[in-house]
Amino acid sequence: MATADIKVHTEAHHDDHDHEHEHHGNFWTNYIFCQDHKVIAKQFLITGMAWALIGGILSVIFRLQLGFPDASLEWLRPFLGGWITPEGKIDSEFYLALVTMHGTIMVFFVLTAGLSGTFSNFLIPLQVGARDMASGFMNMLSYWFFFLSSCFMFTSLFISTGPAAGGWTIYPPLSALPQAIQGSGLGMTLWLISMAFFIVSTLLGGINYITTIINMRTAGMSFTRMPLTIWAFFFTAVIGLLSFPVLFGAALLLIFDRSFGTSFFLSDIYIAGEALPHIGGSPILFQHLFWFLGHPEVYIVLLPALGITSEIIATNSRKPIFGYKAMVGSMLFIAILSFVVWAHHMFVTGMNPFLGSIFTLLTLIIAVPSAVKIFNYVTTLWQGNIRFTSAMLFSIGLVSFFLTGGITGLFLGNSAVDIQLHDTYFVVAHFHLVMGSASFFGMMAGIYHWFPKMFGRMLDERLGGIHFWLTFVGVYLVFFPMHYIGIAGFPRRYYSWTNFETFSSFADLNMLVSVAAIITLAAQFIFLFNFFYSIWRGKLASANPWGATTLEWTTPRHPQHGNWPGEIPTVYRWAYDYSKPGAKDDYIPQTIPYSETPESNLPHENDLIKLEMGNSGAIVPDNKKH
Amino acid sequence: MMNLIIGFGVVLIGVIIFMIFRITNLVGLVKGDKEKADYNNGIHAFLFMAFMIISLSVFFWYSYVHFDKYTLPVASEHGKITDHLFWITMGICVVAFAIISIAMFWFTYKYQYKEGRKATYLVDSHKLEILWTLVPAVVMALLIFRGLRTWNEITGPASKEAVVIEIVGQQFAWTARYPGSTDEELGKIDFRLIDASNEFGLDMTDKNSFDDFKSLELHLPVNKEVLLKIRAKDVLHSVFLPHFRVKMDAVPGMLTVFKFVATKTTQQMREETGNPKFNYEMACTEICGKGHFSMRFPVIVDDEETFRKWKASQESWLKQNPDFLRLVPENLREFAMIKSGMEPDNGSAKQGVLQTVSKR
Repeated sequence: MATADIKVHTEAHHDDHDHEHEHHGNFWTNYIFCQDHKVIAKQFLITGMAWALIGGILSVIFRLQLGFPDASLEWLRPFLGGWITPEGKIDSEFYLALVTMHGTIMVFFVLTAGLSGTFSNFLIPLQVGARDMASGFMNMLSYWFFFLSSCFMFTSLFISTGPAAGGWTIYPPLSALPQAIQGSGLGMTLWLISMAFFIVSTLLGGINYITTIINMRTAGMSFTRMPLTIWAFFFTAVIGLLSFPVLFGAALLLIFDRSFGTSFFLSDIYIAGEALPHIGGSPILFQHLFWFLGHPEVYIVLLPALGITSEIIATNSRKPIFGYKAMVGSMLFIAILSFVVWAHHMFVTGMNPFLGSIFTLLTLIIAVPSAVKIFNYVTTLWQGNIRFTSAMLFSIGLVSFFLTGGITGLFLGNSAVDIQLHDTYFVVAHFHLVMGSASFFGMMAGIYHWFPKMFGRMLDERLGGIHFWLTFVGVYLVFFPMHYIGIAGFPRRYYSWTNFETFSSFADLNMLVSVAAIITLAAQFIFLFNFFYSIWRGKLASANPWGATTLEWTTPRHPQHGNWPGEIPTVYRWAYDYSKPGAKDDYIPQTIPYSETPESNLPHENDLIKLEMGNSGAIVPDNKKH
Repeated sequence: MMNLIIGFGVVLIGVIIFMIFRITNLVGLVKGDKEKADYNNGIHAFLFMAFMIISLSVFFWYSYVHFDKYTLPVASEHGKITDHLFWITMGICVVAFAIISIAMFWFTYKYQYKEGRKATYLVDSHKLEILWTLVPAVVMALLIFRGLRTWNEITGPASKEAVVIEIVGQQFAWTARYPGSTDEELGKIDFRLIDASNEFGLDMTDKNSFDDFKSLELHLPVNKEVLLKIRAKDVLHSVFLPHFRVKMDAVPGMLTVFKFVATKTTQQMREETGNPKFNYEMACTEICGKGHFSMRFPVIVDDEETFRKWKASQESWLKQNPDFLRLVPENLREFAMIKSGMEPDNGSAKQGVLQTVSKR
């Protein structure tokens, strides 16, 4: 009973805290340096949205170059200044900077901090039944380190030598030598500083998520009753905690090579008319270290989106998620395997071919749990009673992208086939669909679904529908044609293909892609309008607008710091009792004991009624203390 | 001025859209738009169906009609095998993709919300779970098996008779170095010896260096194994020969290799593709800086006879840079001159060169 005592103690502590805040809070403690997980979540969300907008605009600028190579971009001069050449084109070095920053921003700042930071923070305490995170202060620090990191990265966009330009993977020697590319000067320094702070932020957040999930679940919330969102956030945090320090190490060694003359990654280099003194380093070592984070990072980005989707698809199909245990199992399996597949990014980098064999084997194994997840989503839809809320639309979109993008992994994961496809547009299409678009749709689905809980009002569903269809079709038009371009061998990160006869075709598809990219970006403004308009003017939300079973919908419309005004509710069942035969509603919240639902209980659930009595008997006297 | 008008137009359109949004909202309020469980089901279900049918049709149509446009002709032995594996994978993927997509969009259409209907309470099915764990696992096993066999063949050691060619990447150009016909061995190099004229960093104390020659085109013999030895001088580059399905990074400080057999000469390819101007090309596929996109290297595949003639006709690097004789150890100078083809029979010329060299 030790855990129960601790829980009660922290509750008491938080309650006092809570009252203090309600009475004495000012603007700074309520909105800026706030320790309430819900406010921190919104801070991550708004910052993430700002970054998404910047990342999106950068991509449209380089798509202009690729889709309309002959057009004059003189009109961008007021914004880009000297990066527009006298001929009215984008400077080819700035093009690389755009590609690099687009990747960095989207992967780390939007889909790691914006997605995981927002929803892990918002949902973990609300869905496991806790007053707040294990450490509100560390949680606050997590956001402010992210903010600091954002400041450095944002500043790097405006310096005269340009931001980092060696690709988001920052492979040395290119990223280590300012002689090789301007962006590897101050821009790269700022990139590294920014990422160091970012990693600190991720670790502070991750420790909190894990601790909260393990220690602060409310009475009755056993691991097997947790919603899949929480499982997903849990695995994500564990992966992040184990892999981000490796990137930190790699970044540190790179800083040493850049500034202190060490030779971890540099050897035998003759550049700008001189031979450098570095000897004995290995650029391949950096690639190993980078992808040891880089590949788990894919799942850090993807798992929260999959968790969110599981929740939304079940709720809006009015059906339990199919194969709950298989879903948890496949996430666990993916989480473990994500650490042993990294070198499939390196089949043709000169790595020992024997390693290539091993990593082909391990990589294709990871396709199995991913396939299981897709099948389970589709089966959840089967014989459901599907409501097309905007969140549901985006979730279906996610499953579609996950399938389309994931299946091309079978080509790339197979080393022999990867020889031709590596670093072509086929890869670009693959990861933008499976990781970029799928995760982005998960984030959007989450915003539409939990907006009522965040702001107490509803987003406009019609605008949501328009936003979805424009984005869904737009994303497919952007990334599907890239498969053809990639099979034709077009290398990625090319400013122009006109130098090559082999790559002289496909001006038409490239133009289509660019037009679609512009439309897709434009469609996001519908969402931005909807978002900010609805915060103040949206329809008032009811307590449980989607008829969902999870705990967050038992809080008041505007939950204060501490989440529940009275006691924390006790949980009696799993999160997926939708359309249970015999039940009067088509959902039974987790807080309804089996003893109140004899009409719908399954035989083994009737046996649990006795336990319920014992459970509440132990908790109630403790809680009465305050 | 034009920009101002465009900007103004955009703002105007925004305002109009906003007004429409407000008006429909207000009309909805007046009509008493209660919290009905509508969720525009009919429309979205229909749109999903339409999306599925249209997108799958376009996918199959485009893939069929433009097949020649997006597939590159293959001109190497291992390329045929990897292409075959590619298309097997494609077959499996397209079938799986089509089945799952159709099922998913069909379900969203069929099971759209209806007032009063109750969803099936389906929690689990071990049979189904086992089925769709095993089927992908078996398919993966087959793909892995075929893939690894191919991979091991491609990356296995090259035969002794292979034609060795060195490719060096630098910002932003490629150079090739061939071993001369007299020894068929590449001379030693050292990056510290590189300067404006000794671009390879050739070590002049190594006998094998004397007859090496530089080429700004990659000449390959047809139907003969070629071993590319790949180096980089400054940053990472990557050798990509799209028609031969060859790709390998060039890494500073580390030698990488790729062996393959070209199966069609440039001339044969011209006839086959019906394009008299067809040329093989080599590209860089690892981001290397400002000029990454411009690192084109022409590639020519000749029949064996022409290749041998071409090779014999090339002047050695040392002959083009006679200054470097001074770095050759004195006892090897004469040998170097013979080997590099500096007119060894012409006594006076030889004497002249040697004198200028020793004067320095």
